[in-house]
Amino acid sequence: MATASRSGRYSVFAIAREALRQHQGWQRAWANPQPRDRYKVVIVGAGGHGLATAYYLGKNFGITDVAVIEKGWLGGGNTGRNTTIIRSNYLQDPSAAIYNKALQLYETLSQELNYNIMFSPRGVIMLAQTEHEVRGYKRTSYANHLQGVATEWIEPARVKELVPIINLEGPRYPVLGGLYQARGGTARHDAVAWGYARACSDMGMHIIQNCEVQGVETEGGQVRAVNTSKGRIGCEKLAMVVAGHSSQLAEMAGFRLPIESVALQALVSEPIKPCMDVVVMANTVHGYLSQSDKGEMVIGGGTDGFNNFTQRGSWHHAEETVRALVETFPMISRLKMLRQWGGIVDMTGDRSPILSATPVGGIFVNCGWGTGGFKSIPGSGWAMAELIANGTPGPLAAEFGLNRFREGRFIDESVAAGVAH
Amino acid sequence: MLILTCPYCGVQAEETELHPGGEAHLKRVGPEGDDAEFESYLFARRNPKGVHFERWRHAYGCGKWFLAARDTATLQVFGTYSAQTPHPPAEIVAAIRASRPDWQPDWT
Repeated sequence: MATASRSGRYSVFAIAREALRQHQGWQRAWANPQPRDRYKVVIVGAGGHGLATAYYLGKNFGITDVAVIEKGWLGGGNTGRNTTIIRSNYLQDPSAAIYNKALQLYETLSQELNYNIMFSPRGVIMLAQTEHEVRGYKRTSYANHLQGVATEWIEPARVKELVPIINLEGPRYPVLGGLYQARGGTARHDAVAWGYARACSDMGMHIIQNCEVQGVETEGGQVRAVNTSKGRIGCEKLAMVVAGHSSQLAEMAGFRLPIESVALQALVSEPIKPCMDVVVMANTVHGYLSQSDKGEMVIGGGTDGFNNFTQRGSWHHAEETVRALVETFPMISRLKMLRQWGGIVDMTGDRSPILSATPVGGIFVNCGWGTGGFKSIPGSGWAMAELIANGTPGPLAAEFGLNRFREGRFIDESVAAGVAH
Repeated sequence: MLILTCPYCGVQAEETELHPGGEAHLKRVGPEGDDAEFESYLFARRNPKGVHFERWRHAYGCGKWFLAARDTATLQVFGTYSAQTPHPPAEIVAAIRASRPDWQPDWT
């Protein structure tokens, strides 16, 4: 984008300039407009996926008559509640394609958005702790080779080299090796939403927070408008990008989704000195671990099994996760938990997302990312923008349509990603 | 932590003793069903933010499947009942109506 930003271009010169005037010159990164009564495209949900969708609509298709409306605050849903892991080592081809697109976009996103998303390709290891996992991950690494996704199977000695704090000889779950993606890593989750929001705002799009959708107006099977807490907003096309509440929004439009909402939780320890510079996932024991730039050990676990909208999560899951990780990482046993939180994720039957047209004309859904939404944000937005602009899915979204459930064409990632990720 | 009373063995069981089984009272589609009906039966879910009827198995107890009425937004439990019933029984409906006067059953 060559257009001048309302908040000015961020650079070392801008920092120097502001340093000389007591930082009085920084502007808000995005505008806070009142909604117009009509837009070409209305996107519900100003999280990473919604904002990325808006951004690529503008960038790739020149559609800037767009409003992104948000019930709460920008990036306050799952975008602000995940464990920021980015990887693309999936087994099935359609998944690998969209997640790898996302990874590639993440690699240059800071430069593209002129906003530091702190992408850190520190590497991701998925530990194999049972014979079954050894076979499963070797298979995934072979699949990844065919897909052009750079991953490798590594032996325990190499795992230990990369993660000195690991205990390979756990009595219950010894480390038998790992699936290593050196280009995976983490990014600053809030910054992803903020960077996209700033870029969207600069293109003239409206980001409207505290604006809850209360109804969807249709006429002759075609979407006409959404009724919100800030009034009626007309639209030609409507995108529902609201992880957690997709079923509620779909019900307003009169259709049902193959989605169930469950809580997924995470926690962080008190900050400690740098001790682990890769992301480690241990799916057998349902836990994953990385160290944030602040020094906290970021720990994620499994989902609750029952339908839940409380954004809390259960204590016993936190205990289960930590108990298992302590065996593999003995040194964390003496850390205190600092914070715990939960988010509501929408799970599909095959644990793969839905990017699709719907039974209502002009309405498109992007949902079902389950426990793996953050890593896919740029790829998801890219594919969703293509779907909205053309009305038909491009190559990235083609396999993720709603019709796959009727036709039995599942993209079964429960092997690769049955656990949270 | 979620605590449900197993209607068969009467044990007040907490979450870790139970296994969730998703939406209850789904109508199974027979051999004459078309693709849309099968899709609806197998995959489409109400997933309500509010009163939800769902299946649970007393996995580390008597091992039987039972049904529960629960609010997914507040985690309030309205009661549990036998799985051998086509609709939630009257006392469950009454328990729901006691705290959700506006709630209407959508079966006949």
